[in-house]
Amino acid sequence: MNRIVIGPFNRVEGDLEVTLDVESGIVRQARVTAPLYRGFEQLLIGRPAEDALAIAPRICGICSVSQSLAAAAMLRAAQNLEAAPNGLLTTNIAHAAENIADHLTHFYVFFMPDFARASYAARSWHPAIERRFKAMSGESLREALPARARLLETMGLIAGKWPHSLAFRPGGVTRAIDLSGQMRLIALLAEFRGFVERALFAAPIETVIELASCEALEAFVEGAGAAGDFAALLRIARDLKLEEMGRGPGLLMSSGAYLGPEGHLFPAGLFNVADGEARALPFDAIREDVSHAWMRDTASDPANAETIPDMRREDAYSFAKAPRLDGRPVEVGALARQGVAGHPLIKDLLRRAGATNVLARIVARLLEIALLTKAAETWTRSLQLNDRFCAHDAPLQNGAVVGFVEAARGTLGHWASIRDRQILRYQIIAPTTWNFSPRDANGTPGPLEFALEGLEVGGDGASNIAVQHIVRSFDPCMVCTAH
Amino acid sequence: MSVLESGASGWFEELRNFGVELLWHPSVSEETGEEARTIMGRVERGELKLDALCIEGSVLHGPDGSGLFNRLSGTGRSMLEWVRALAPLADYCVAIGSCAAFGGVPAGAPNPTDASGVQFHASEPGGALGADYLSRAGLPVINVSGCAPHPGWIMETLLALSLGRFTQADLDRFGRPRLFADHLAHHGCSRNEFYEFKASAEHFSERGCLMEHLGCKATQAVGDCNQRPWNGGGSCTQVGSTCIACTSPGFENMRGYHQTPKVGGIPVGLPLDMPKAWFVALAALSKSATPKRVRKNSRSDRVEAPPTAEKQR
Repeated sequence: MNRIVIGPFNRVEGDLEVTLDVESGIVRQARVTAPLYRGFEQLLIGRPAEDALAIAPRICGICSVSQSLAAAAMLRAAQNLEAAPNGLLTTNIAHAAENIADHLTHFYVFFMPDFARASYAARSWHPAIERRFKAMSGESLREALPARARLLETMGLIAGKWPHSLAFRPGGVTRAIDLSGQMRLIALLAEFRGFVERALFAAPIETVIELASCEALEAFVEGAGAAGDFAALLRIARDLKLEEMGRGPGLLMSSGAYLGPEGHLFPAGLFNVADGEARALPFDAIREDVSHAWMRDTASDPANAETIPDMRREDAYSFAKAPRLDGRPVEVGALARQGVAGHPLIKDLLRRAGATNVLARIVARLLEIALLTKAAETWTRSLQLNDRFCAHDAPLQNGAVVGFVEAARGTLGHWASIRDRQILRYQIIAPTTWNFSPRDANGTPGPLEFALEGLEVGGDGASNIAVQHIVRSFDPCMVCTAH
Repeated sequence: MSVLESGASGWFEELRNFGVELLWHPSVSEETGEEARTIMGRVERGELKLDALCIEGSVLHGPDGSGLFNRLSGTGRSMLEWVRALAPLADYCVAIGSCAAFGGVPAGAPNPTDASGVQFHASEPGGALGADYLSRAGLPVINVSGCAPHPGWIMETLLALSLGRFTQADLDRFGRPRLFADHLAHHGCSRNEFYEFKASAEHFSERGCLMEHLGCKATQAVGDCNQRPWNGGGSCTQVGSTCIACTSPGFENMRGYHQTPKVGGIPVGLPLDMPKAWFVALAALSKSATPKRVRKNSRSDRVEAPPTAEKQR
């Protein structure tokens, strides 16, 4: 048995270490380590409950709005408040901008540069891919980064700045959008649509949204979308069999994304890849296990749990706890959201492969860029400029509350107990806590660990590039993971 | 990550224009794992010149001074140890963001990880490198504070360093570049008319001044936040979210960010340099002189009463 430690594992958000036990060229066991702990939950205890709006977003510089919104949802529950419809719509526009920006950063800055590496120099597609996607110098970045920055100008308008804004309230947003603001939002979204239809998809976003099967996707690659960056990735995927890489354990969940006046844009639910069915999500079956975390024993129910580090725990190898749903590891993210929502292309990709995989994760993210660009256009046009954008705060009730939101990378939950307007308990389970969880007390690995086990790395060891693709296909946010 | 928004043709193009070569960056570099460790090893052995060491994030000293709450993955060494190893080799050491500058949110009470900044702990000099540290070019750590800092503050500082145009005189007493720290966040605030007349918002989303009731610290916090656009055209106060003094050492220890603490109805935190008696007198005077238009708009989320100064001809 040969033990390989890979780190610093970069082009992910935050600090990540992956340890592989390799025998006869095959990964027998994988361990994923979150090596950073800052203690945000400990910092929140004893503070005024509203201060979660200032502290929680600072967990992360790229999931900042998601953290704000989970805290706002928690406070909304504690105030038993109904948000202003305009406030929900405006929040959704900003949240979509953050999540689209994250998906875009993942594709152009984190994921694609691996195919431009010298280890693929012998592939026929390599020269073109290197020119377009090489880390820091690929020509696509000259267009993709300004397009991302321009899209985030919606955030300047709505939230004042990004990351870390205090514009998101339990009752809505602090800025009432006027006619000028609405027109500027429409213009920014039109400009962003132009970029994705020109460079990313080389086709109208409606064409991407309407792709309903693997066959339709194949036809798109050779036909309507052939000139786009999406098609370039799909051709590489075919050559490298990305569909067979990084198969997840099979259970997917979403807590419901983009809450509007008429419910969620993408519904809450639990999707089982084995039978292709979506069911109701039993939110109260969420537990956390600390058997392999540098954490002191505590209640497994996040509503009653504490987070106190303990580096002397035997068998521990991460600061992340292991979240489980009814005892099972769950994969979260764009793929889970679109599986639960029943998008036909995603369902067909999962059916064909029989498992989540590297390709399906990437396709789901890019599909969401199309879906969210269109949804943001609709939300912007739906604003009722004569109505309020923020409901006044109501008194905080004592008791236990929870706020869920779907961040770019998946389900984010904030559990809090409030007494006399102060925080008594606070627990956060972030998307990558689910995806990159360590083992639990039964020895069941987390989704990434599962996806790496059985991989043939041959004699390459740490330099095996499939490991890079599999890990990055989850788009981990490590600073959120252990917070 | 805010700096990734910088540059009209993208941040990487901007760096190339400045002649700045990124030796390694955790989010964007091609090199990973062993390749990254090789680069850091070459710097540590003096084989690769380090013009500037840019550090993001608080430096965690715990548990028990080991720094192991933040291990640099793959190296078995803490970030605390890495910072102390590399900083003496750098011509300049730049702390990016309030965490690296002063400790930031992780250093807030009860400071569970014994966090500090690179050369400060809140407003106390020291931190990870000690008060006496000077980089090879003879400067203390340059603290581009802010949570998050404006991408312009980062890039203008790096450009000035790369051109050799940045000196001790360009730093304030907390090591912050004066290019942003010579201003108050309040300067240029779009709510200035409401401030002058003490026409205050009482609920979020109202247009009035945020200082009297809603906790705004813009008159006490440094930053040219209202003189340059954030994300194309915003600022915290412009959208009606309060300034929480994120450029200031110790901002993490505030309690109740959204309420102005008062004694006898007078805000405890007054504008910098302003004697309390003056403030009280001026506030009373300006409140008595507030135009109806200003008072009405201050309590609304939109302009209810437009200016009517123009005469019809």
